Amino acid sequence: MLTLTYRDALNEALREEMQRDERVFLMGEEVAEYDGAYKVSRGLLKEFGPMRVVDTPIAELGFTGIGVGAAMVGLRPVIEVMTWNFALLAIDQIVNSAAKMRYMSGGQVGVPMVIRGPNGAALQLAAQHSQAFEAWYAHVPGLKVVMPATPADAKGLLKSAIRCDDPVVFMEGEMLYNLKGEVPSGEFTIPIGSADVKREGADVTIVCHSKTVNPALKAADQLDAEGISAEVIDLRTIRPLDTETILRSVSKTNRCVVAEEGWPFAGVGAQVVDEIQRHAFDALDAPVIRVTSADVPMPYNKRLEKSAKVDPPKLIAAVKRVLYLE
Amino acid sequence: MSRSAPSKKTRSKKAKTSGLKATADECRAWYRQLCLLRRFEEQAAEAYSLGKIGGFCHLYIGQEAVAVGSMAALREDDYVLSSYREHGLALARGMSAKSIMAELFGKAAGCSGGKGGSMHLFDASVNFLGGHGIVGGQIPLGTGMAFAAKYRRSNQVSVTFFGEAAANIGSFHESLNMASLWKLPAVYVIENNGYGMGTAIARATANMDLFHRAYSYDMEAEAVDGQDLFAVREAMDRAVQRARSTSEPSLLEMRTYRYVGHSMSDAAHGTYRTKEEVETYRQRDPINVLADTMKQHDLIDDDGLKAIDDEVKAEVADAVSFAEQAPDPEPDALYTDVYAEEGRC
Repeated sequence: MLTLTYRDALNEALREEMQRDERVFLMGEEVAEYDGAYKVSRGLLKEFGPMRVVDTPIAELGFTGIGVGAAMVGLRPVIEVMTWNFALLAIDQIVNSAAKMRYMSGGQVGVPMVIRGPNGAALQLAAQHSQAFEAWYAHVPGLKVVMPATPADAKGLLKSAIRCDDPVVFMEGEMLYNLKGEVPSGEFTIPIGSADVKREGADVTIVCHSKTVNPALKAADQLDAEGISAEVIDLRTIRPLDTETILRSVSKTNRCVVAEEGWPFAGVGAQVVDEIQRHAFDALDAPVIRVTSADVPMPYNKRLEKSAKVDPPKLIAAVKRVLYLE
Repeated sequence: MSRSAPSKKTRSKKAKTSGLKATADECRAWYRQLCLLRRFEEQAAEAYSLGKIGGFCHLYIGQEAVAVGSMAALREDDYVLSSYREHGLALARGMSAKSIMAELFGKAAGCSGGKGGSMHLFDASVNFLGGHGIVGGQIPLGTGMAFAAKYRRSNQVSVTFFGEAAANIGSFHESLNMASLWKLPAVYVIENNGYGMGTAIARATANMDLFHRAYSYDMEAEAVDGQDLFAVREAMDRAVQRARSTSEPSLLEMRTYRYVGHSMSDAAHGTYRTKEEVETYRQRDPINVLADTMKQHDLIDDDGLKAIDDEVKAEVADAVSFAEQAPDPEPDALYTDVYAEEGRC
């Protein structure tokens, strides 16, 4: 085991996959000479040269489409979006081209590419730079949506995403890049589509992903001190959803809280709740409660921003509600 | 037009037929292709009106010389992409009338398994890579294929066709900028038929010399008489050679015209253009332009032309009956081809 930051774990994954397969290249704004807006691509230009680590103009639609086209003819592009907020400019290529090419060509033309970058809010970046888009992409058949919360998951899942023959939306987090954690040394991958039990528990399940995982673990610690045992399920992949792991946990705990950074309406949690009520209705001792960001554009003011976000107190309150303790 | 008729500046690599930069066999083959594209679309229109083809159906009638002349300049391993007005381009690229007609009919034997339809024709075996339904969507894709060609040093060229209305969309400009910046072997072909659906170019475009837009990106460009197959082929040849020899992109503005409506739900004339205008353009029909040239050079007579046309009509009739008789996709085809097969991810 090595202790790495989330950023360096991603960097290792990129480097190893580029060493392993010369079809893999990285393209995006500031990825090469600047070493990455968030330094995820540090050192890659020097190692692999400008044909494989490509700085682009600010043209998300264009360079994402270039990635799709290159993937259609057999390369393995990793397209970095500086944040997923800016990828709205590229969503036409992701949804109308990447996600549909295999189907509308009758299976002839696949799009093996990764589109990756930070998703959701950081600190005081206000409305246009603080959005979580996983529900948008997870809605689309043809895409896979992967959202690691730890350095080990970041490395193992990015390697799997690059090797995947389908387009993968890979969402990171600006607030995760400095997070340190243990990462297995040497070659390893984590399969797409598998959730992870981040903490075992008996009384209640907290389903979370990406930036809600750490608040959920903190909440579980505090609940433990109060004698409540919470199981924390990190989805890791939003599409395809690992329903089996969710249901196994809920069948054991009979109570569930679903957390996500996105807005409440038609969010990922709504899908999770739908799966639970259809497949584990009889196991439930309480309605499932969702904890999401507030249903507003993100405010700039620090206090207002804090009150808009998912945090341990909100998760603890939700857990107590499903336990009928409040 | 900067160029009509065969350019005197271009050296032909083929055996010449006096004054023509093509052989008699080539001319006959091209004439056959022009007729095939025309007859195919006429039959598609009829099948559509009978309810055998559904959805949107955008016909290529009037623009045939652009497709046939362009493809004549390409290598088999070059990449070709188009908008949704692509039946003619797919045929000219060498896809069979049967596989395309079956696709329009939504049948399993169609080139896209009946899942794509008129707007999404694909045949990876001839590198015809769509058939794209969102205006301008294919322009970055073609740019990416040119990037891949350069990346692999394969000396392939990507050729991306789109209508003149797509030259107003952001993806066009982003793509041309990056293709020129990175010196990608890409050829961009504007099929300027004068109308984006029902909007005349003059109502949508500030500078109607669309090829000038390339100059903003330090890219070579020319306007081409799209009704003259020789002019098209020679311009495409110059652009393709430029891409292959120096890895530089080009923009070609092929000036052409569609005699029919934007799609099958749109009348040929009456709302946004006059019958007289359509008739005026029909006077320079690309099929007649080539036929006249061939006759002038004593390559063929009227009987010969008719024999070719009859042969083509039979081929299209075969395609229609093949498409009619072909089975629908199996019900479980609904859920296949969404993702790669198990184990590939």
